[in-house]
Formats: sequence, C-alpha cells, structure tokens
Amino acid sequence: MSSLAATIAMFSTIWFGRMSYSVPLIIVISLVYAATRHEHMIPILQHARRFGTWIIAFMAVVFVILAFISIWL
Amino acid sequence: MDKIVRSPDSDDPVEVNLRNPMLAGILAWLIPGAGHLYQRRYAKGILFMVCILSTFIFGMALGGGKVVYASFRQPDVRYPYIAQFFVGAPALPALIQRQRVIGSRPPKKPLWNGFMAPPTQPIRESEDDELADWHRQLKSRFELGTLYTMVAGLLNILVIYDACAGPAFTTVVEEERKKKSWQDILWR
Repeated sequence: MSSLAATIAMFSTIWFGRMSYSVPLIIVISLVYAATRHEHMIPILQHARRFGTWIIAFMAVVFVILAFISIWL
Repeated sequence: MDKIVRSPDSDDPVEVNLRNPMLAGILAWLIPGAGHLYQRRYAKGILFMVCILSTFIFGMALGGGKVVYASFRQPDVRYPYIAQFFVGAPALPALIQRQRVIGSRPPKKPLWNGFMAPPTQPIRESEDDELADWHRQLKSRFELGTLYTMVAGLLNILVIYDACAGPAFTTVVEEERKKKSWQDILWR
C-alpha cells in the first residue's frame, strides 16, 4: 500500500512539475491574444481570462482522451 | 498621414491612431511592443514587451542559450528558427553566428562564447555529435526552451499585425453570434 502511495506521489510530482511549465505560456498567450482583440485594459483582461479558461479546458479534454488511449494500448 | 481605425461596436466606440503603420510594424518586429510605444499605445506596448521578451528570455535560460540558432544544412535543418526569427532583434545574433560558423570558408569561431551559435561540427546522425551532447546535458529543457522561444516569435506575429492594422475588434454582436453558434453545435 505504501509503495502504491509512493508511486502515485512520484508520478504526480513529475506530472505537476512538467505541467507547471505550461502555466506561464497559458498566461502569456491569453494576454497577448486578448490584447490583439481590444484596445483597453479591462476588456483585454476579461477576454484573457475567458481565453485562458478555454485553453485549460481544451488541454484537459486532450489529456483525458490520451489517458484513455494509453489505458487501452 | 496618420491612419485611424475605429471599433465597429457602437456601444463601446474606440478610435486608434496607427500613425505610420509600416514603420510601426517594422518597430514591432524589431523589438516586441516598440511599434505600439511609437503609436503612443503605451499600456499595450508594455504588455507586449513584458510578455514576449520574458517568454523569449525564459526559453533561452531554460535551453542554456543553445535553443535559438540558425542552421539550414542537412540533416540539422533548424525549422524552429523560422518562428523564433519573428521575435526580431533578440533572435538576430543567430544569423550572425550562422554566417561565421557555417557560411564562411574557412569557418570562423563563433562570437560571444558561442551564444546562439549552431553546432560547430557537422551533424552526423549515426554518431555522437555536439547537438546530441546539448540534448544530453539539457534533457527536456532543450525542447521546452525551443517551445518557449517559438511561442514568443509566433505571438509577435500577432503583435506586428496589431501594430500595422489595429486590433481585430470583436463586437458584442459578433460575440453573441459566436456564443449562439457554439450552443447550436453542442446541443443540436
């Protein structure tokens, strides 16, 4: 049981470690994309928040699909 | 003569003076955000400058300064440099280094301690070479650094467009239409 917990802890550490590299990219892409659609800061920030949420949702869907594929393979 | 663009949204009228769009576009390519600063769009200029340059510098740091280089000789054709090139001046030293290391006969030594220089030895796919050594040293950080610097360049294409033509305004009417079309797709 403890080895299972250790394995899960190890994989989650690796996964979160790798995924943390995506956070600055999501923020930057959302901000720059939104800023090319508006001129003022408030609409830019609102659009960036919506767009960032879309990116995360899209990545989550792709993750789930890949996870299912990896289970079957 | 100055070029002025207006938002089509009557609820939120916005007028943007692009001044000389061609000059702004060149400045935006040369230094991300500089085109907007020239157009006196200071908030957006600073936003673009901070976002794009920090992404590029972070990518360079991740990749140990080796992920931005220009090489177009087989088998090491460095396609990511096409995207990195759009960051402008920060990526131009790679072209100088390429000219010295690959383009001149006999090859010259790279400048600045090899910063942005391509591998000095020809790449041989069947043998251990300098590029393989970089990958071994940096592991996944080589790819991550490449990705970050590429994204910085690709984002700057949007910024150059924004400096030349103004924002691609989305109006309230358009957003409502998009929302409705998504609902139609999801619930039909």
